[in-house]
Amino acid sequence: MTGKDDVATLEEELPLVELPLDAWHRAKGARMVGFAGYHMPIQYEGIMAEHAWTREHAGLFDVSHMGQLGFSGEGVDEALEVLLPSDIKGLKPFRQRYSMLLDEEGGILDDLMVSRLGDGAFDGAEIYMVVNGATKYDDIGWMIEHLPDEVVMNHMDEQALLALQGPEAGDAMAALVPGTAELLFMQSGLFTWRGVPLWISRSGYTGEDGFEISVPADSVQLLADALCALPQVKPVGLGARDSLRLEAGLPLYGHDLDSRVSTIGADLGFAIQKRRREEGGFIGHARVLKELADGPGTKRVGLTIEGRLPAREGAQIYSGANLVGEVTSGGFAPTVGAPIAMGWVSLPHAALGTALEIEVRGKRIGATVAPMPFVPHRYRRAKS
Amino acid sequence: MSRYFTDEHEWIDVAGEIATVGITDYAQEQLGDIVFVELPAEGAVFEKGDDAAVVESVKAASDVYAPISGEVVEANGALEDEPALVNSDPEEDGWFFKLRVADASELDGLMDEAAYKKFVASL
Repeated sequence: MTGKDDVATLEEELPLVELPLDAWHRAKGARMVGFAGYHMPIQYEGIMAEHAWTREHAGLFDVSHMGQLGFSGEGVDEALEVLLPSDIKGLKPFRQRYSMLLDEEGGILDDLMVSRLGDGAFDGAEIYMVVNGATKYDDIGWMIEHLPDEVVMNHMDEQALLALQGPEAGDAMAALVPGTAELLFMQSGLFTWRGVPLWISRSGYTGEDGFEISVPADSVQLLADALCALPQVKPVGLGARDSLRLEAGLPLYGHDLDSRVSTIGADLGFAIQKRRREEGGFIGHARVLKELADGPGTKRVGLTIEGRLPAREGAQIYSGANLVGEVTSGGFAPTVGAPIAMGWVSLPHAALGTALEIEVRGKRIGATVAPMPFVPHRYRRAKS
Repeated sequence: MSRYFTDEHEWIDVAGEIATVGITDYAQEQLGDIVFVELPAEGAVFEKGDDAAVVESVKAASDVYAPISGEVVEANGALEDEPALVNSDPEEDGWFFKLRVADASELDGLMDEAAYKKFVASL
């Protein structure tokens, strides 16, 4: 047998780096693969079981490969508003936003989370950013190039990052750090656990309630052990992280997003608040304006698939004889119980309910443009 | 009946001129949760090494090769309804297809169970 498109084949020549929890993963029975330049656990007991566990209980993900950046200095908000299309000046302390880095043509260089710090977290830095692991060094280079000298960027590679995700994540997190019970979706705070400072945000990338926890690398194993000692928590690998985020309709950089595509086409316009759309002043604004007025040429859409055969990344999408797009993520969705996909199609074929076909190994299978998420989000928001 | 193994982690049971082909327990373990199996049509004729079936796990699609040359006489329809049979019973009920053996001498180059066990242990 030969793997056609295993996650491991995405890796290149460079030797893989070990993350702080490397030995811990192996001791837990993880199968390790190369991802974003690191040895990462793709699964422990199995993707389906880990996926289901996260939807029902709480899964612990090691996302220490992601880049954690701190920003401080005179004019940091103004400087970041040049780099990011999102409202930074209006971002209150302990609040987090989804945003992205755009190039001069409005193409997406990376997607990220940005928050305003407080309580002296991370040596008093003002803004905290989490960027994708595979792109972090390019991001850092891009930002160094575009930030004024007064703004200091610190790559906090001494910090590990864990994500605790699932309907029981709230109970589990509160068992160790009671104060986290107060946090709502996209809020964060500085907490102390056994003398260890933890920057915890109520967010994640599975569509479930949960947390992302920045912890000093030398304490991450202690924390991972304490979390996994709770009855609600099991470690979950990259494989289930991918199927969970796909069901949640969340794009994965390098697959569903890249520098060829735009914010509006990606259906991520919510990341650009009204003031920023109108005033501009960020790199890539011209394309955003144009696509808001004229519509993007292609659009990111969800696709439901007829039958059981999964359509995977790279599969071409047709309307009759015409090639109209390409699948950028796809696979069997464990919670849905059927194959689903995300892809880019030309605008005339992007409306919900449009019937299309996807070619898989020379066969056409039926697909329909479907609303995302495929599995409803269950974030903990303020009760209205 | 004799059972043979390939270094691509397929097993072949030969009874008379009919060979039953599946993937090994080691292979299903490596693939993880199997969600779809694409089987060859009855009457399809394969040369040794041809792509004969595709097995889709949650994460990836993998080819299964014809371990020997022959004509497909039956595919395991049970896998269409229950692809997870390949995980739960890979070396019995989770078989993929049966071939009418074209050239029995091709079996000579394959491993027996002891040799395959040794091969897997070396991986």
